[in-house]
Order: sequence, then C-alpha cells, then structure tokens
Amino acid sequence: MRNITKTFPGVVALDSVNLEITEGEIHALVGENGAGKSTLMNVLSGIYPFGEYTGEILFEDKLCKFNHIKDSENKGIVIIHQELALVPYLSIGENMFLGNERGSYLNIDWDEAYTKADSLLKMVGLKESSRMLIKDIGVGKQQLVEIAKALAKNVKLLILDEPTASLNETDSRKLLDLLLEFKKQGMTSIIISHKINEVSYVADRITIIRDGAVIKTLDKRTDTFTDDDIISGMVGRSLVDRFPKRNHTIGDVTFEVKNWTVYHPIFEGRKVCDNVSFNLRKGEVVGISGLMGAGRTELAMSLFGKSYGVDISGETYINGQLVHLNSVKQAIAHKIAYVTEDRKGNGLILSTPICENTTMARMSKISKFNILDRDLEVQVAEEFAAKLNTKCTSVMQNTGNLSGGNQQKVLLAKWMFADPEILILDEPTRGIDVGAKYEIYCIINQLVEEGKTVLFISSEMPEILGISDRIYVMNEGKMVAELDQKNATQEAIMTHILQSGKGVE
Amino acid sequence: MAHTLGVKNTLKKNTMLIALVVVMFLFQFLIVSFNKGSLFNPANISNIISQNAYVVILASGMLLCILTGGNIDLSVGSIVSLVGAIAGTMIVTMGMNIYVGMAIALLCGIAIGAWQGFWIAYIRIPPFIVTLAGMLLWRGLAMTILNGLTISPFPDNYLKYFTSYLPGDANATTIFNITMIVSFVVCGLFIVLQILDRITKKKKGYDVEPMVFMIIKVVIISVVVLLIGWFLAQHKGIPVVLILLTVIVLVYSYFTKKTVPGRHLYALGGNEKAAKLSGIDTNKVLFFAYTNMGFLSAVAALASIARFNSAFPAAGTNYELDAIGSCFIGGASAYGGTGTVGGAIVGAIFMGVLNNGMSILGIDANWQKSVKGIVLLAAVVFDILSKKRAKAK
Repeated sequence: MRNITKTFPGVVALDSVNLEITEGEIHALVGENGAGKSTLMNVLSGIYPFGEYTGEILFEDKLCKFNHIKDSENKGIVIIHQELALVPYLSIGENMFLGNERGSYLNIDWDEAYTKADSLLKMVGLKESSRMLIKDIGVGKQQLVEIAKALAKNVKLLILDEPTASLNETDSRKLLDLLLEFKKQGMTSIIISHKINEVSYVADRITIIRDGAVIKTLDKRTDTFTDDDIISGMVGRSLVDRFPKRNHTIGDVTFEVKNWTVYHPIFEGRKVCDNVSFNLRKGEVVGISGLMGAGRTELAMSLFGKSYGVDISGETYINGQLVHLNSVKQAIAHKIAYVTEDRKGNGLILSTPICENTTMARMSKISKFNILDRDLEVQVAEEFAAKLNTKCTSVMQNTGNLSGGNQQKVLLAKWMFADPEILILDEPTRGIDVGAKYEIYCIINQLVEEGKTVLFISSEMPEILGISDRIYVMNEGKMVAELDQKNATQEAIMTHILQSGKGVE
Repeated sequence: MAHTLGVKNTLKKNTMLIALVVVMFLFQFLIVSFNKGSLFNPANISNIISQNAYVVILASGMLLCILTGGNIDLSVGSIVSLVGAIAGTMIVTMGMNIYVGMAIALLCGIAIGAWQGFWIAYIRIPPFIVTLAGMLLWRGLAMTILNGLTISPFPDNYLKYFTSYLPGDANATTIFNITMIVSFVVCGLFIVLQILDRITKKKKGYDVEPMVFMIIKVVIISVVVLLIGWFLAQHKGIPVVLILLTVIVLVYSYFTKKTVPGRHLYALGGNEKAAKLSGIDTNKVLFFAYTNMGFLSAVAALASIARFNSAFPAAGTNYELDAIGSCFIGGASAYGGTGTVGGAIVGAIFMGVLNNGMSILGIDANWQKSVKGIVLLAAVVFDILSKKRAKAK
C-alpha cells in the first residue's frame, strides 16, 4: 500500500501511509484507539471504495481498485472484524457460506456446503458439527468459525481486527497458534491488536501507527521487540495545553461502588464487569481509562438503573447510604445522570426539536399535573443553548440537523436540566472538533466548580490525563489501577493495561 | 427574513391542507362541469361529516399507535364489529338501559385493547402479529354473537345521541339562526382564547408570533368555521356526531401536544433506547396506546351502529385501512415519532372528500378503490421525498 490518505469530514484519518506486507508473514499493526489501524484495513479490503481515498494498493504486483468488499475477497483478501459478522440463528455451515453459497443461484447445494464446512472446521480445530447454530457456541469458537469462513473463500491475505479482544487467555493462545500453523502453510496475515505480548509472540514484523501515520516498523530478525519500544511508539505524543484550568475543592465521597459484577446479556456466563469497586468525591473529575471493550460503558450503564447486563451484583452508596438503583427512574431520582457515548443511538431523539430533547429526562420540571408548559420549555431550552453556546437557528430546530458537537451540547443540556449531582460522561468528545471539545471541557469544569461530581470515560488518553483529578484504569472488566493526577502518564496507564492483559488469570 | 421563512414553513407544514383544498375545488369543477350538482351542497357537507365520523375517531387512536414506532393496529375494524354486536345484543335484543349498554360496550373496547396491549408491550410480540390475530379473533366472536344475522332497529333514544341534529325539530329559519349563532360563538371563543394566550405569553416574557400571522390564522380558521356553519345551517343544523368528533379531536390533539404522557409517545417512537435512558417506562406507553385504540374503536362502534341503525357481522370491514391511510396521508411517519392528530384528521377528510367526490361523479366503486390506493402511495412518497430534499439542503 502506497501513500494512502483517507479523510473524513474534518479529520485526516490516514496521512500518506505506506505499508508493505511480505508473502507468508504475520504482520502486526499496533496503535492507540483512533490511530487509523482499522481505517487502513478498511481501505485495503474495499469497504472504503476506490476514489474515496488517494494512493495505490498493489496486491501481487497488480494495482487494485476495489469498489466493494466482494472485489477484494475475489483477490483473496479477507477481513475479519472485531465485531463478529455471524448470524446467530443460522447454522455454522450456513454462516460460513453466506454470500458465497455452494451450488447454483437458484439451487443451493447444502450437502456440499456442510461437507466442506465440516472439513474446514477440522482445519481450525473445531469438533462441532457445521449444522449447529452459531448462538449455541462460545465466542472463542465463533472467532474460529470466522476464520474457517475466510478459508472457504480461498484466502491469501487474512486480516484480523482485534481477534482476541473478547477471548480469554486459553482461547487467544489457541487462535494465535492457529495463525502460526497457517503461516507454515504459506498464508499471509495482518493482525491488529492492542495486546503487545500477543503481538510479540506471533508477529514477524510490527508496524506502529499513530495519528494516521506510520511511526516505525520493527522486524523480528533485526530488532528485538520490547514492550517499552512499542509503547513509546504508540503513545509518544506531546501533551499540548488543550485543557482549561479550573479552581475547585474536592470534598467527601459522594458515590461509591463496591464489588460490582455484571454479566453479558447475550453470552451467558461472560463477565463484562468483574468485582469492580471505586468511589467518587464531591467536586471531582474521575477518569476511567481503558481500551475499547474494557467494560467501561457497560459499567456505567449497569450503574445507571441497570440499563445493561444481567445478574448484576454489588452495592452502590450515595453519600454513604446504601441505595438500590433498579431503574433509570430511580437513578434520575437519586440525581445520577448518564450521558451516553452513542448520542444518536441512545441519547437524542433526532426527529424532535432541541427543546423537547432538552427537557426529556425531567419533564416534571416543566409540567403541572402532567400538562406541559410549552412556552416554559422553549424558554429553558433557550437558556441552556445560550449557556452552552449551542449553535442553532432556534430551539425548535430538529436535533438531527445539528453538527456532532452541537448535538453533544444538547445531550449535555438534557442531563444538566435533570439537576444531577453525579454525572457520568461517556466519551463526551467523540467525533467532535477541537473547538467544541474545549467548550465541553469548560462545561465539565463549571460543573465540578458548582460542586457536582463527574465520572469521565474516554478512550483518548491525553484527554483523560488532561481533565481528570484521579484516574481508574480498567481492563477486561476489572479495575486494574488507580492513579493520582501526579502519577498518571500515558506510559503508566498503558503499562497497567498491558500487564493486566498478560494473563495473571 | 424571519417572516418569509415563517411563511415558507407554514406552507410546508400545511401542504396536505393545501392539497385538500385543491382536491376539493378540482372535484367541484368536475362535478359542476358534468352537471351533477355540487360538492358544496349543504346536504352533501352534512353527509360527508356523518359518513366519515368513524374514520376521524379511529384515526385519532391509530395516530397514537403509529407514533410509538410506526406500529399499526389491524384489528380495529373487527373490534368495531364485535363491540357493535355486543351493544346491539344488549340494547336491542335484551332491551337493556342504553346508558348501561354504552358503558359496557366501552368497557369491552378497553378490555380488548388492554388484552392486545399486554402482548405487545409486556411480552413484546410485534403489534402486526397481535393485531392480525385480533382481527381474526374479534371478527369471529362478532359473527358468533350475531349468529350471522343483523340486529336492528335501535331505539330512538339511542340513535338521537349519534344521528340527530341540533337544534332538532324546528322550522328552517330557527335552525338557520341557531346554527349561525353557535358558529359565531365558536369563532368568538377561539379568538378570545388566542388573544388570552398571547397576553399570558407576553406577560411571562416569552416570544410571540408576529401579529400579522396571528390575524391571518384567526381569520382563516374563523372563515372556515363560519362557512361550515353556514352550510350546516341550510340543511338540518349541527349533526350531534360533529360535536362528538370535535371533542375527540380537541382532547387527543391536546393530549399529544401538551401533556407529558403525550410527549412520551413521540419519545418512544423517535428513539426507544433514548427514551428508556431518560427514565420513560416505554412498556407502559405502548400499553396505553393500544388500550386507548380499543377504547376509541368502541366509540366508533357505537357511532357506526347508530349510523346504519343496525349491528351486522360485516360491520367495520376495512375500517382499519381507512384509519391507517388517514394517518399516513396526514404526514405521520411510517417509522414513528412524527405526526399530529390534526394531520390525521386532514388525512381522514381528504379520504372522505375523495370518496364523496368520486361517488357524486358516478365513478365505478372498483375504480374508487384503485384511486384511493394511488393517492395513499402518492401522499407517502411525496412526504418522504420532500423530507429527503430538506435533508440534502
């Protein structure tokens, strides 16, 4: 891949990236969240069609112009995404040949499909029958089915995006060994991973990407991989003074969570939060750092009226008193607010105006006996729009027509209107520009100066370091470290994550 | 600048209303040029109202269901038939007191709605399936109760609540005068309410719409009310059913616009996850929408047995489609979250005028159906395309 540049509106995601993969090697791509690894792989596999990026892709010395994921698959390039693309209620065999059916268009040859599927399953070391349903096998095995599915497409170059993110140690090891096995048979693969120990175990070469550019490539034959090399390559970014200062005093503990355990709602027996304990103080910004899939959002949502997960156990205390937050209503009544990371999916109603969104979490404040005072509603919405500097033609404008940053402000306004004491902000700056980010930081400062408590979840490390008084590090559903502002550095956080990931299990 | 934007927006919001007026004049032109009388004949206006009463009642309830996420209720026609059969049996066959009979009929409607609402909201069975099952179930029960026969006639003291006219038996002049007085009182009341609203808004320091706008709005609405009054005055007076319709439309309009549970409907349809995370009990909202639909179906049943002066097994056939069609023509989104009671009513009148106009023109009944189908599709296509264009801008 030569000089690949890909821009999204307002952001340069990839900046003249060059990447060379040699036949028969396992090449690892490492980098922070948002560094551009997945974007690069999406370009390579044709998810972003030719013309949406600049640069050239050469495969087996031929220039490729992929318009569609099918084009790259025909060449033997197969990508396996982090989120598995399997249909739970179809059988393993049906999933493996989805979009690649055996037989003819009007007459699928299921006998051939299942026979072929069984032999491919054996190759990846699965003993299950290909007639079993996907939902009945575990995640680790599902990942192997994905690989078998790729094999069914005569794969030459296999791309795995965080294949072990949801696997435990044994399953991960099995999968990595399988990759090494395929390498012996001549297959080339690219593996995207956060876990340095896995990468050093399996990769021949490692390319480090940061901020959309290749930092360096390490070769197993000439370099020795050390954690430090890789981490400093991934992180090495200077902290610019992008964060407003604040004057505030930190008070007593307002919110405390003890032994919080949450199970995954679909995959039975999988813990997404494992015995988590933490506390928040009045007037404090506490960050939760961690990689994607570490369980931060799941933790926040499960605390917010058990909006996520099943079999939740543990205790929550507000101002030292044991409280039960069994529904969102109760959580709001206890003055907790959860500002979701997915503002379009879970936060706002895009088809309704700003004013209706603003008051939604606490309509009792603008109504008497359930009768709304629409004029009052418009007035308070205007107050918040002015206070947060929301850019809109009027508060009657539909939220769907606002930019991401302004939508985020409406979402913040909605929860500030609910008068919370404890705000959980989940990735409040995701996908918004630098200016709007600064404004959001200012709002956070203002909130804590007013004596509120903010729990700040972010995947961007500079941000979390810049804004937090105290940082918890979360990995694989567990709290693995608690750092003061003084001791917190990107290296320290990364080291805690990586060490915990190394498998003390 | 702001004013021109306002004019544009007002026109855009009322496209269906404008289309309705256009269609009315188109029919009038055709009817007059074929020498078949007039659409704006006093008797015909009165007729359109009583003919379409059931659509207006059902469309108000259907809108609430559609708001919750494009969910429709296919069972309303069968509920109309069943409740009609129950009411007929009680009032005519058993000779029960009509008030007790009506109350029981309404309770039956609520119970039927609650039954369906329970499966939809708490067990989360898709509304399409639950109401499809209801469509068969209630129709079957209605036929069983009626044993395939028609019950009639209904006592006059029952009919008078739905089919009579106010002020009742009097000479033409008295009817004309009283009807016109009522029309003027309604207009006056409307104007006073508008002015009072404006004054309170100003007092509290809120923004008010430009004076010109308000005057134009008041004048147009008053003229329409007076015109309808003038037509009705020349026929037999005010149909009682029109009063029932006005009450239902006002109540549901107010409910969706100005109450907290009304707002919850929009929130649920707009984004259920966001509604849940805002502490809204979405199951309860869904349950309410379908229970209410059962109730309004019962109201429509009482009105329709009076209109036909009989309860018969095929009553209510295709009523659900008329109600659903009205909502979509009136601009409700097929995905939920947007739509107004006013819009649904405009849709209902639109369909009514279409039916009536084509009947006067003597167009074959089979063709009428096809035309209605095309119009429904055209209305929704138009709605979606104009929204797309708005987004592109």
